[in-house]
Amino acid sequence: MSNDDAVPKGKKQHLVTLVKRHSVVVRVTHWITVLCLTMLLMSGLQIFNARPQLDFGNKTDFDHPPVAIDSDKVDGKARGYVRIGVHRFDTTGVLGMSDFEGKPTERAFPSWATLPGEQDLGTGRAIHFTFAWLFVANGLVYLVWGFATRHFRRDFVPSRFQWRHIGGEILDHARLRFPKGEKARQYNAIQKITYFLVALVLLPLLVVAGWTMSPGLDAAFPFLLHIFGGRQTARSVHFFAAFGVVLFVLVHVALVLLSGLFNNMRSMISGWYDIGQERGTHG
Amino acid sequence: MVDRPTTRRTILTRGAAAIAALGLAGCEKITDNPFARQVLDGVGGLNRTAQEAILGSEQLAPEYEFSDVSTMFYANGSTDPDDEHYKAMAAKSFVAYKLVVDGLVERPLELTLAELRAMPARTQITRHDCVEGWSCIGQWTGTPLQGVLDRAGVKATARYVVFYCFDTMDDGDPSGPTPFYGSVDLLAARHPQTILAYDMGGKPLEVKYGAPLRLRVERQLGYKMTKYIKRIQLMEDFKDIGQGKGGYWEDSGYQWYAGI
Repeated sequence: MSNDDAVPKGKKQHLVTLVKRHSVVVRVTHWITVLCLTMLLMSGLQIFNARPQLDFGNKTDFDHPPVAIDSDKVDGKARGYVRIGVHRFDTTGVLGMSDFEGKPTERAFPSWATLPGEQDLGTGRAIHFTFAWLFVANGLVYLVWGFATRHFRRDFVPSRFQWRHIGGEILDHARLRFPKGEKARQYNAIQKITYFLVALVLLPLLVVAGWTMSPGLDAAFPFLLHIFGGRQTARSVHFFAAFGVVLFVLVHVALVLLSGLFNNMRSMISGWYDIGQERGTHG
Repeated sequence: MVDRPTTRRTILTRGAAAIAALGLAGCEKITDNPFARQVLDGVGGLNRTAQEAILGSEQLAPEYEFSDVSTMFYANGSTDPDDEHYKAMAAKSFVAYKLVVDGLVERPLELTLAELRAMPARTQITRHDCVEGWSCIGQWTGTPLQGVLDRAGVKATARYVVFYCFDTMDDGDPSGPTPFYGSVDLLAARHPQTILAYDMGGKPLEVKYGAPLRLRVERQLGYKMTKYIKRIQLMEDFKDIGQGKGGYWEDSGYQWYAGI
């Protein structure tokens, strides 16, 4: 910027440099995934509400569940709790006890988080399986395409240069300084590692843990139970993996907002991303 | 990459619109939307088709060790039928009990518990998976349903085995409590682990677990495993029973196929 004499001092001139960032397969599968994950999460919480506890192994411990959402009445007033082992956290209003149609109701996840809003396990399951099929079909298209075109190899594996500079990159991320110019042509190392873990580890794990809950699939593929060490463990893994996806989405959306909502949305809709070269930097 | 916006964009837009419509339908009261209902029911059929393609007729559900058996096996659904006839039989250890087998069979049967116990028996320690998400492990002894079906002689037109039960469900229906029933197809009915169980843990079934006779269909969820069976009817279709969905729980909104 020091040699930038064409630009008045104190002002940066922004030159739009559009690069094709996302292929059509990535864009379409991305938005189908957004729809599916939303529906799967909300219908999943509906299903979870039918037995709001998490166990390990093959059996449910009804008396001392390792993790549970429950409620009780104190002085005639219902309170909601999350229990983890012997510890109990009051979550009245959100978990365990929340308002449904204006009335305090004992339910694990609140109505606004579940699909359908009312307690309806059958419909919740039907929605869950519908979007599970769509999610898996869509995911397969993405995976096959990603391996065939070397998209994963190219875009999800940090270069040697990136590995060497990962410390500085983490610091830049923490300061919310996002790469521009030539460096923005590719994903940075944190993006690559994160997308690798979410797309190729976390989401497939979530799917396989879901299959393991099916008694039919357990008969067809008994090794599923051995992977997880029991149906109830698979159910817990399914839940925590979904929780992991929620955490990823929160950070992902926050970073999309912080690093330029318009530019990011444009790239995921039209494919074009502005790497925002500043005039002078590359002169 | 060369862009051909018109054709591809049109296809994508239409596809996206269709998916979004499905998504939005989910946010409305989905049971009120006939199209959404149709899609959801279709997926229930897809689950069945896909699992039947994967599952052979003989593949067994996992069996466990005696040490794995749940100390407290959860009993849900009906746990104490109101039926007077049932109560009278229960008071006398079900000596007067007779299982009726009829419908599309060559030889309608009436079998006492002693006769059922004299038939070939199978003991299995299996995991009971409830649709709600919990699991218990129990040891069941009973006679394979296949043997009972063979003894009655299933006619070629039969496709489903319907189970009528002693218990009723009081679901607030103004016409009174709803009789409990259920159904499985012949693939599930003839599976080696599908038994009419009379013992649990080596002792006669307790009332809360479905005495004197309950169904075990180990490759499916618990709601298919009817308790308190009084009659088995072979049928071509179950559409004229109850609300036509093939069982009390199916009439209440659960999918007929429960392998998932």
